[in-house]
Amino acid sequence: MQTATQFTVQTASDIKPQSNKLSMVVFSGDMDKVMAAFIIATGAAASGMDVTMFFTFWGLKSIQNGKLTGQGLFGRMLGLMNRGGMSTIGPSRFNFGGMGRWMMKTMMKQKNVASLPELLATAQELGVKMMPCLMSMEVLEIGTDKLIPATTAPVGVATFIEEAAGSKVTLFI
Amino acid sequence: MSTTITKPDQVLDLKGLLCPMPIVRLSIAVKKAGVGAVLEGIATDPGVMADVPAWARQSGNELVSIKQQGKEYHFLVKKTK
Repeated sequence: MQTATQFTVQTASDIKPQSNKLSMVVFSGDMDKVMAAFIIATGAAASGMDVTMFFTFWGLKSIQNGKLTGQGLFGRMLGLMNRGGMSTIGPSRFNFGGMGRWMMKTMMKQKNVASLPELLATAQELGVKMMPCLMSMEVLEIGTDKLIPATTAPVGVATFIEEAAGSKVTLFI
Repeated sequence: MSTTITKPDQVLDLKGLLCPMPIVRLSIAVKKAGVGAVLEGIATDPGVMADVPAWARQSGNELVSIKQQGKEYHFLVKKTK
């Protein structure tokens, strides 16, 4: 049993700072930005870093399984107009109601660049930790059953901060 | 001439792949290989000339050699840990 004299308070300085780790906030749900996020994540994991991706707001789209979301009227409307899933997300510019997405996908395929679903699968294979933001899931009415199985349980900001505080590299995309 | 030629234990065909896949495939193969194993990579992405040495430094593995041969880039990597 622990007595009062043995009790030690763990301070920030006790926590090993800057391990070989990268933590990233993925805020965007745009194809081009998500692609950048996953290329950096897979590249870092391939270089031997521990990688954590925290998906919040539109960023959740890239870890959704593509099923329709929403419970209330607004939530359902949002779910319809803002379909999640790696294959449905469009670029931040020149989307033109899906034309741009199709064009970009075609161009990427012609050049043999890895597609977003491939990058997601690679990230999983390399052990990239994917954390969904619980608050965003509540706001956007996205249940855990609408996320891909590879994600961790939904977490909050303190969990991300703990990851980020011990990371050499932190990014916001 | 008595230059020692390192013979690879495994050859990776990375032709046609673009960033980040050459590095990703390389790292997966290195992870599966035993310590001391030498892997040869053959890529067509000119980016590997900068990225493979950077990957070796970052991951702590040894880059034995890297050179351009026509339109291909050949490199040898040794798993050190």
